[in-house]
Amino acid sequence: MSSTPSSGEHNAAAVAGHEPGAAGQKPVLSVRQLRVEFPTRHATLVALDDISFDIAPGEVLGVVGESGAGKSMIGNAVIQLLEPPGHIAGGEVHLSGRRIDDLAEEDFVPLRGRHIGMIFQDPLTSLNPLFSIGDQLIETLRTHLPIGEKQARERALALLTEVGIPAPETRLDSYPHQFSGGMRQRVVIALALAAEPELIIADEPTTALDVSVQAQILALLKRVCAERGAAVMLVTHDMGVIAETADRVAVMYAGRLIEIGPVNEVIRHPQHPYTVGLMASIPGLAKRRERLYQIEGAMPRLAAIPTGCAFNPRCPHAAERCRTERPELLPVGGSRAACWLHDPENPLPRRDTLDTRQGEPALDSPGETAR
Amino acid sequence: MSRIQPIQTGSRQTGPSPTAESGEVLLEATDLARHFDVSRPWLNRVLERAEKLTLKAVDGVSFTIRRGETVALVGESGCGKSTVARLIVGLYGLTRGRLIFDGQDISDLARRSGRQSAAIRQRFQMIFQDPYASLNPLWRVGTIIGEPLRFFRPEMSGADRRRRVGELLEQVGMSPADALRYPHEFSGGQRQRISIARALANEPEFMVCDEPTSALDVSVQAQILNLMKDLQQQYGLTYLFISHDMAVVKHMADRIAVMYLGRIAEIAPADQLFATPHHPYSRMLLAAVPSLEGEGRERTMIEGEVPNPVHPPSGCAFHPRCPYAEARCRAEVPLMIARSDGSEVACHAVEEGRIGS
Repeated sequence: MSSTPSSGEHNAAAVAGHEPGAAGQKPVLSVRQLRVEFPTRHATLVALDDISFDIAPGEVLGVVGESGAGKSMIGNAVIQLLEPPGHIAGGEVHLSGRRIDDLAEEDFVPLRGRHIGMIFQDPLTSLNPLFSIGDQLIETLRTHLPIGEKQARERALALLTEVGIPAPETRLDSYPHQFSGGMRQRVVIALALAAEPELIIADEPTTALDVSVQAQILALLKRVCAERGAAVMLVTHDMGVIAETADRVAVMYAGRLIEIGPVNEVIRHPQHPYTVGLMASIPGLAKRRERLYQIEGAMPRLAAIPTGCAFNPRCPHAAERCRTERPELLPVGGSRAACWLHDPENPLPRRDTLDTRQGEPALDSPGETAR
Repeated sequence: MSRIQPIQTGSRQTGPSPTAESGEVLLEATDLARHFDVSRPWLNRVLERAEKLTLKAVDGVSFTIRRGETVALVGESGCGKSTVARLIVGLYGLTRGRLIFDGQDISDLARRSGRQSAAIRQRFQMIFQDPYASLNPLWRVGTIIGEPLRFFRPEMSGADRRRRVGELLEQVGMSPADALRYPHEFSGGQRQRISIARALANEPEFMVCDEPTSALDVSVQAQILNLMKDLQQQYGLTYLFISHDMAVVKHMADRIAVMYLGRIAEIAPADQLFATPHHPYSRMLLAAVPSLEGEGRERTMIEGEVPNPVHPPSGCAFHPRCPYAEARCRAEVPLMIARSDGSEVACHAVEEGRIGS
């Protein structure tokens, strides 16, 4: 496996509009006004609030945010694995045109694995330690596809070869503990791909891995999904991973989607003040800065999300309107951001007291690292 | 800063350190090694004829840290970077090698009790990765931060100690009132601030930071890294900074040591390492880092994974993954060789000029 071209220039056409559907392709996953609530004794916590996005076939949508922003919750809501008492309290989820959020559990079970594949962070907990890799693959294949034992074994071999496991015939009878972390994650990817699902939800797939292995796994994930035309929802906290893997990126804050757009736009020209701050707080490899940009304070807890824009107490531009009125996703540049700065009728004046320009990651000095 | 007289008078100065560039060596590590016995139990060994197994977590690591400097150790998991940190602060004993701290031999620190070596121990402190595991959940924050004061300065009165704890909390950007709260009331970033306040309690000169921000979100990481830099400037602190994140290391360090399987592959000034890495492993590690600026850059893949350290490859441990490996690399362990540009590299190919620099 060789390296893949970084970021999604080649997909720029597909995402020229704000929605991939604009290119004429029917989205694989379409989420509309999704709302997830956790009723507690004191109050009902809104974990996801008014989330809408599409993912086109073959597209990788990165979902990024800090701990507690609700990024994993989106994947869990789509695949209906929310921890009780959490439940979908509003909105719709469509998979290849079919509404799936209102399905009963027994109707949903056949979708998991067959139509939606999952890759979790920790490969050791997603594999059964008591069964060999081959058994697990064959079981998955035979559950979802009408094939015999022998055919399934051949398919399993082909899958292991495809995900880059050397000498797969000998590894088929090995157990998960006999594999290294990177190899286990390859097996998990093979399992997720086994039934050729249209959508893959990868929740922090490389967070437990070292950088050198991370590069291999991301390239693999990107390649196999592109070959199959599967849509990928890549949930991660690592902007670097998003920059290299995703075509579009959705930024989450306090259970809300605050910015979504093509990955180059969001990384180079972030529009929401939170995204601007987030990008500037990441230490860069290109330029050395004495101090990193700091977003003061911390993300609010779900029980205490401020009225209006959830970011307003930490925002340098915040005005009265931000404290009372919640902004929708508004088109700006190539992306959309939920911020009154970008109101087409009545844009909020910027207060550039803070020097984010200087703090922004240097983007103009490529290739200074190893050749 | 504090009104409390440091016990080790003359050994540290308040305010910005004038000696930061003077090159005075604060810590000198020579041929550090730590081996762990990972054999099966004795009975199993006898019954199953199993060999004794030794894990050489650290095997011959030498470096120096100058006063006021930040030296970083980077490497992938299992390379021994955290073991080096624990060797230096005396949490593990040395299997081999020598540690000199400010002219005093501290090689046997792990065998001495806390009180026997109090004078030297309070001059360095450690910050751990996981702020959830490193704070006692049953103690109030004030007790946690006051603990090193109680141990090293038993003569200090309770009121003085409380005042000092309040000062420390303010120094790390928290409120003195937080002393009465418990760790679970704080977020990860705030807990790491509490860890830093505790480490600062006895005004150490040297801090060993083992992945201090790896468990934190990026925006919180920025706050903690900025705080650590401010404290360094204010008190002339010396840091040994351990991380797997190349970008964080680049931001913090003056010099960087790249470790691979218990040995140092390359030590170089930070800018130098990022501009012209010499060792093939350093090159690959840098090329593998996902980068926001990465557009148009081919991300080079390191083939393979870190081998099992119980059975390390012969010769240069990196040779199975190295594109430049030859017969000599498989047979002979490369030594650290200083280069004219200020870096030190342990690689036969670099030494022989087979890799252009």
